[in-house]
Amino acid sequence: MAFTLKINGADHTVDVDGETPLLWTLRDVLGMTGTKFGCGQALCGACTIHLDGTAVRSCQTAVQDAVGMEVTTIEGLSPDGNHPVQLAWREANVPQCGYCQGGQIMQAASLLKDTPNPTDDDIDAAMSGNICRCGTYPRIRAAIKAAATKIAGAQ
Amino acid sequence: MKYDHILGAPIANVSRRGFLTGIAAGSLILSVGLPARAEDPPKYAGDGMPNGLREDPKIFIAIAEDGTVTVLCHRSEMGQGVRTSWPLVVADELEADWARMKVAQAQGDEPRFGNQDTDGSRSMRHHFMTLRRMGAAARQMLEEAAAKQWGVPVAEVEAVNHEIVHKGSNRKLGYGELAKAAADLPVPPRDSLKLKDPARFRYIGKGETPLIDGFDITTGKAMYGIDAKLDGMVFAVVARPPVLGSSVKSFDDAETLKVPGVLKTVAIDATPAPAVFQPLGGVAVVATNTWAAIKGREALKIEWTDSPHSSYSSEAYKATLEEAVRKPGGVVVRNDGDAEKALAGAAKRIEAEYYIPHLAHATMEPPAAVVQVANGKCEAWSCVQSPQATRDHLATRLGIPTENVTVNVTLLGGGFGRKSKPDYVVEAALVSQAMDGKPVKLTWTREDDIVNDYFHAVSMERLEAGLDDAGKPTSWLHRSAAPTIVSIFAPDPKQEADWEMAMGLIDMPFAIPNVRIENPQAEAHTRIGWFRSVYNVPHAFAVQSFAAELAAAAGRDQKEYLLELIGPSRQVDTRDLSVKWNYGEDPAVYLLDTKRLRGVVETAAEAARWGRELPKGRGLGIAAHRSFVSYVAAVVEADVSDQGFLTIPRVDIAVDCGPQVNPDRIRSQMEGAVVMGISLATLGEITFKDGRTEQTNFDGFEVTRIDAAPKEIHVHLMPAGDYSLPLGGVGEPGVPPIAPALANAIFNATGKRIRTLPIRDQLAT
Repeated sequence: MAFTLKINGADHTVDVDGETPLLWTLRDVLGMTGTKFGCGQALCGACTIHLDGTAVRSCQTAVQDAVGMEVTTIEGLSPDGNHPVQLAWREANVPQCGYCQGGQIMQAASLLKDTPNPTDDDIDAAMSGNICRCGTYPRIRAAIKAAATKIAGAQ
Repeated sequence: MKYDHILGAPIANVSRRGFLTGIAAGSLILSVGLPARAEDPPKYAGDGMPNGLREDPKIFIAIAEDGTVTVLCHRSEMGQGVRTSWPLVVADELEADWARMKVAQAQGDEPRFGNQDTDGSRSMRHHFMTLRRMGAAARQMLEEAAAKQWGVPVAEVEAVNHEIVHKGSNRKLGYGELAKAAADLPVPPRDSLKLKDPARFRYIGKGETPLIDGFDITTGKAMYGIDAKLDGMVFAVVARPPVLGSSVKSFDDAETLKVPGVLKTVAIDATPAPAVFQPLGGVAVVATNTWAAIKGREALKIEWTDSPHSSYSSEAYKATLEEAVRKPGGVVVRNDGDAEKALAGAAKRIEAEYYIPHLAHATMEPPAAVVQVANGKCEAWSCVQSPQATRDHLATRLGIPTENVTVNVTLLGGGFGRKSKPDYVVEAALVSQAMDGKPVKLTWTREDDIVNDYFHAVSMERLEAGLDDAGKPTSWLHRSAAPTIVSIFAPDPKQEADWEMAMGLIDMPFAIPNVRIENPQAEAHTRIGWFRSVYNVPHAFAVQSFAAELAAAAGRDQKEYLLELIGPSRQVDTRDLSVKWNYGEDPAVYLLDTKRLRGVVETAAEAARWGRELPKGRGLGIAAHRSFVSYVAAVVEADVSDQGFLTIPRVDIAVDCGPQVNPDRIRSQMEGAVVMGISLATLGEITFKDGRTEQTNFDGFEVTRIDAAPKEIHVHLMPAGDYSLPLGGVGEPGVPPIAPALANAIFNATGKRIRTLPIRDQLAT
């Protein structure tokens, strides 16, 4: 059946089973592959997107439940790729393989929206659902703090 | 986009459909080739690899009319930074502006590019000098072209930041303006190449070079194997036998075909053992999207055949390994002096056994491929560490000539050795063939990845040492038993391979007069494969834990005792230790240098302020290991609460990998190695029951997350020194010392000795 989704500010109509996770709809139906498959069980965070500005796991979000909400993916986090989190990530050369980093960035952006000046414990609590098998955690932590400073400086 | 107008087009690795990042339009290829050089047997390093090394700027460097320099990278990017670090080397010798450097990814074609296996921590080690020489050759050709154009002696011109400058008149010509003329010139012979004085390096060995793929990665544009797209593509998952050696007896897909979106099921024949990199077989479900394929697979009813491995149990197997290492009779692989006699006469005898379970790679991007097989040809897009092996296995299985198989290499969302084995690409090809040539994206779910991995070998290590009255070891007996990776290549081998035992077992570096090392038999009951740093993981865990146990028995400090075990500075030819493989390197060039091993121990200890006062429940532990011809030591600080809760406040890791090319990526590899080492030491475990894994996803196979990762990781790079010295590896050598350093720290914190990994709740009180 057809559903209309608002993704990164634009409407997209998809014809899928309503239970289909947003993850596979984005990736396989709409060809938006920035959102990654990692586990399919909300255990790794690779598929993290924003629903109305809050980080969620798209592998556990059915298409039918996203109708009427603002879906933001890594491709739409900022118009030019220069969200403070993205800038901080590049300045710290955070990525290794990079596969999980879209999900990490979406989770970090959501954290900083709610908690502009996060402590290490805040970072642990918000980010421990996102696995990085390359082990970039020290740089993720540093980049989140750097992004927080950037955001504070811009205000 | 089309790239047909690229002259010669040897570098146009881009898809004809243009979805892979390609080269800027208008590129001109430097049509040059270096003369073949005399081979001097026996072959080591890159020359010793299948299809050897190629060193031809015609193939690897392109300069466009706008001055953009594109380096063709023929190794796979899996997080180690090769796509940044290779162009960086060329840019330096080429005297190019980094902002105008690009990288393109080579297809699998070893006859053309030389060996492409991205493994063994050797991409930079084997190519540093070829990249330098190719950059220098291209620079000299540009200089000569400019000199000709101006009618001046070439000695009067020099390359300065992407321009050739005539010193007398201050005339300048950009690289783009000169590219075509330069391409028509002959290549300077190797002995005429003027390599840069390392003092003038601008990029090599310098601070932070931004990642060449950093923008694409942080904006979701980077393309991995799982992201490839072709028009008319369908999506597949495969139900595979849960037990090695089992195959489909019968299946019923009636319910599967009712699932909305499911198009077809396809039986994939099992490959008889030894299967090498060929698929396990099973039933593929093809659908209009991956989710529908997964739902369709859930509805499949499959009856599997019996397998001799269906009784494989980790608990029972552990007992088998224990039995094997507790008695003599294994193959003796090193025998210095008379260890038995020295043991019998020792003042004190110490023995211990160390166990490491199977591990899964669990790359964040699971295995995935997009393949189209049509009109007698096959084209694949995938995240593979071994594109030529992928090509060969596709050709073999499809029964078509290798020339008709094209393998496009995407970014890899992690590799760690898993993606050296392209079984998933072959599966996708077979499904495409069965779908009458439709392009197929085949994805392994996380469950598929964990259940059907090529697992890191389970292993049991037994050590026994005799100490003299002063607490100094006079004898060392080590028995190591583990199933071998050779079991995927050969029928039923039971001994570890020479190269597996050369990873920290036979090459044990301690100055002990009587040493005996034995390898009892062990059978493989699941697929065994390379895992980052491979057999160094169990060997280093055992040897470096045991060193600290001996220190404790002698009432000595771990670090001081370790330095005494390593002994005085000396350079050892590993052949003198009965080692038959030196990471593929010439043992006369890559000696085992105990001065360098001592150096990393002292550096890590000093940085961690070894010996400092620590609160109750906190301890420092140290371990050092040479692997992939690099030297790494780690000091781990462990904190164990009264309840037995482990945290790791800090890790100091010192690495001596010889000359350093991209220090930022060396640091990042060490940081990642620390986290992977902590992960396998504290959590990682695959267990088998009835031939099947008991773990299926990240809930069962746990990995370290940010909250349990060390709060601080300090990487200490030993001074790079002379750039004419041979390079060591970087991707893997950081892993082996971490688990023993942690176990040694826990011992100092609590008095409890960890001999079985993972630690999990062993510290609970």
